[in-house]
Amino acid sequence: MLRFIVRRLLQLIPILLGLSVLLFAWLRALPGGPAQAALGERATPEDIARYNDAFGLDQPIIVQYLKFLGRALRLDFGTSSRTGRAVTTEFLERFPGTVELTVFAMIVAIGIGIPVGYLAARRHGSWIDSTSVIGSLLGVAIPVFFLAYMLRLVFAVDLGWLPGSGRQDVRMDATHVTNFYVLDGLLTREWDAAWDALVHLVLPGIALGTIPLAIIVRITRASVLDVVNEDYVRTANAKGLANATVRRRHIIRNALLPVSTTIGLQTGLLLSGAVLTETVFAFGGVGSALREAISNRDYSILQGFILILAVMYVLVNLLVDISYGLLDPRVRVR
Amino acid sequence: MTAALGHRREKIDALAARAGQVPADGGGVSLTKSAFRRLRRDPVAIIGAVIVVVFLLVAAFAPLLAPRDPLEQALLSQVRQGSIPGAQDGFPLGVDQLGRDVLSRLIYGSRQSLMIGVISTVLGAVVGMALGVLAGAFGGWADTLVMRFVDILLSIPGLLMAISISVLLGQNQYALMIAIAVTQVPVFARLLRGSMLAQRDSDYALATKALGVKRSRIVFTHVLPNSLSPVIVQGTLSLATAIIEAAALSFLGLGDPDISRPEWGAMLASAQAVLSFRPQLAIYPALCIIVVALGFTLLGESLREALDPKFRR
Repeated sequence: MLRFIVRRLLQLIPILLGLSVLLFAWLRALPGGPAQAALGERATPEDIARYNDAFGLDQPIIVQYLKFLGRALRLDFGTSSRTGRAVTTEFLERFPGTVELTVFAMIVAIGIGIPVGYLAARRHGSWIDSTSVIGSLLGVAIPVFFLAYMLRLVFAVDLGWLPGSGRQDVRMDATHVTNFYVLDGLLTREWDAAWDALVHLVLPGIALGTIPLAIIVRITRASVLDVVNEDYVRTANAKGLANATVRRRHIIRNALLPVSTTIGLQTGLLLSGAVLTETVFAFGGVGSALREAISNRDYSILQGFILILAVMYVLVNLLVDISYGLLDPRVRVR
Repeated sequence: MTAALGHRREKIDALAARAGQVPADGGGVSLTKSAFRRLRRDPVAIIGAVIVVVFLLVAAFAPLLAPRDPLEQALLSQVRQGSIPGAQDGFPLGVDQLGRDVLSRLIYGSRQSLMIGVISTVLGAVVGMALGVLAGAFGGWADTLVMRFVDILLSIPGLLMAISISVLLGQNQYALMIAIAVTQVPVFARLLRGSMLAQRDSDYALATKALGVKRSRIVFTHVLPNSLSPVIVQGTLSLATAIIEAAALSFLGLGDPDISRPEWGAMLASAQAVLSFRPQLAIYPALCIIVVALGFTLLGESLREALDPKFRR
């Protein structure tokens, strides 16, 4: 197992290097070059010259790349051209919100998706089955931001049941220790603050959760259908095991393997991809920061955030691989 | 093999490998024919095909079908702050915030939306397939090099990649298409490579080789045509993703800024401002996107089943 993990870790290196080269090339290719990109549109020629000098942009390209790589390894991505704060600081401030949202969305997706997918497979051909198949096709076809609009319009604006923007009521005088607002509320025993933050997660969480929900239903259904026809399930039934035991030990356990992979991959995607949902709900996580950076042409933020998020995505995938190796010994030998 | 994304890749590879399997009972009918035969009997395929064909026809005959000029601000004088005229005589779906006929804009919008979807998918498929052929036909260092590159592309989440490219290329419809195409490239490359590898070791490839046929001829007239079915399936499914992704980029302000070309994504994005009192302006284009995406998905899924020997009956 250890060898498996080490091998996988080593295989990460070329990917990460490749990513850094791509991003470096991207920065060079930006309109106006990296100096303009870092300093913003109103930079004077003197500013640009000073920047080029300071960051060695007059040196050979390979030296520049190595310097870029060195800074990236020290998590130094420069400062936001709009706020003037370090990109890493901005990221750390925004990321907890995205994590909370992702966790909420995945709880919705898993909590509904696995039971529905399982039921659909066990009642293959019934109305539950066809509804779940149609629903999962629709879930992928609906543009996320449209769903977010509609949820917000109906449940926040018209009915007023749930908050439709932000991470917490602005009038709430809450203490923030970790920037995970729900956790902060619990830590400081400000129960109403924790509840308020939680309620703010509901609508964006549902919107964000629909795609993973649709995919989880599909995979669970397909995988349970595969497993129930396996010889070992027939054997287990034939030797007189209780239905509940067959279900738990033989069907569910084996059927959930591919589902766990999907869950991991989707979590990775959500952490990086909540741009649309967060924008609709003005949520204040990484996604809305990216949206703001796009409209402000804040290239330092874009560059830093994209690199951090891509690396995170790769790492989450690695974790998925490793956990798969733990769950299914056959994977390790390849 | 590299660590991350192993599973996404395995999925692609598994799809690719199936192309290599030969049906037990071909029954003297060609693969394409038997696939078509099953496709015709599949209600899901028919629904998908009907949706796709209807929208293609609407796009093709937009000038004949649209009741009005999609750019004419016919009812601008009736648009007030907080109120937009709804359905009325001559304007079956009402007008938008600039007084333009919504139905005509939807009809003309189908052209732009479908075109963005088709061109970006074709572009992504062509580049991806070129890489796939390079890797699959030559193997060795070409394979390693191409696949490493593809792995790096796969390691960036699609939307982030599309955003980076749009930012780089500026805002115009070509940038939009290229941005979406790039996110499709790695999938096609991996798919075709896997499916070609499965074909390369098959008996007929060996036989042509033994007959002394040139390698380029083996690759292009024998292996490649036999490896295409997973690519066709993926292409159909990708059309759905491309159209949704184009809408997402429009929503983020990275779409086509040319207002003389109505497009569903842009219509949906601009409806945000009037959502609270005229949500229909968002609902109509969204429905178009959903139905078209559903159509391509249904067609793609049933194509997959029709072409997959596992499902052959």
